[in-house]
Amino acid sequence: MNTIQIRFFATLREALGATELGLPTAAATVADLRDELIARGGAYAEALARGRAVRAALNQAMVTESAALKDGDEVAFFPPVTGG
Amino acid sequence: MAAQPATLVQVRIQTEDFDLSAEVAALHAADARVGAVAVFVGTVRQLDEGQALDCLELEHYPGMTERAIEGMVEQARQRFEIFGARVLHRVGRLGLGEQIVLVAVTAAHRGQAFQACEFLMDYLKTQAPFWKKEHGAAGSRWVDARASDDAALAKWGIAANNAA
Repeated sequence: MNTIQIRFFATLREALGATELGLPTAAATVADLRDELIARGGAYAEALARGRAVRAALNQAMVTESAALKDGDEVAFFPPVTGG
Repeated sequence: MAAQPATLVQVRIQTEDFDLSAEVAALHAADARVGAVAVFVGTVRQLDEGQALDCLELEHYPGMTERAIEGMVEQARQRFEIFGARVLHRVGRLGLGEQIVLVAVTAAHRGQAFQACEFLMDYLKTQAPFWKKEHGAAGSRWVDARASDDAALAKWGIAANNAA
């Protein structure tokens, strides 16, 4: 089991009522982790649903969901960015 | 050797406003090589897609934001002949007409400065972790990412994969 620190921003932060979550998980990739959160049901299933535009960062760098996880990683989920 | 400023690259995320003249002066004043400063300032629109706004709220991902923008500046330095760059981005609540973002780039001549400035803005729009929320008479809503911003980055040969 790895422990992953998960962070949510913007619409996801509001929908989940959480900014951060420490999760022991067997998820091997960012995609697995997203699926595990979806499987929690409720607001997680809705906010992270496949087909929704959700972007991810691993250890504070943008990644695609195939990125592999290791113990202590920080993963963030958020909507498409809109700065500038 | 001509004098060069101590800090050629500066990236700042802040709630407070910035003084454009002071930032530009600090960027090039001590660098004798500079013959061109290209500057972009983004401001809060009073009307967005026909809706009257009261204010804009900006959220970001502390730590990642600075790191991401520093990486963009490094890429700009590799692509263009620039000397220095300053990128400032405000977060928190911003009123109508207020300054949001500053990108200033120095070079010997205008061509490289203009290009690097546009490159940095195109990059920042789709790859820096900021999110805008509009507050207005009709309520509050998160701003949608635009496909046109992804297209702007694509012209530099970089896939944005940001907008849905």
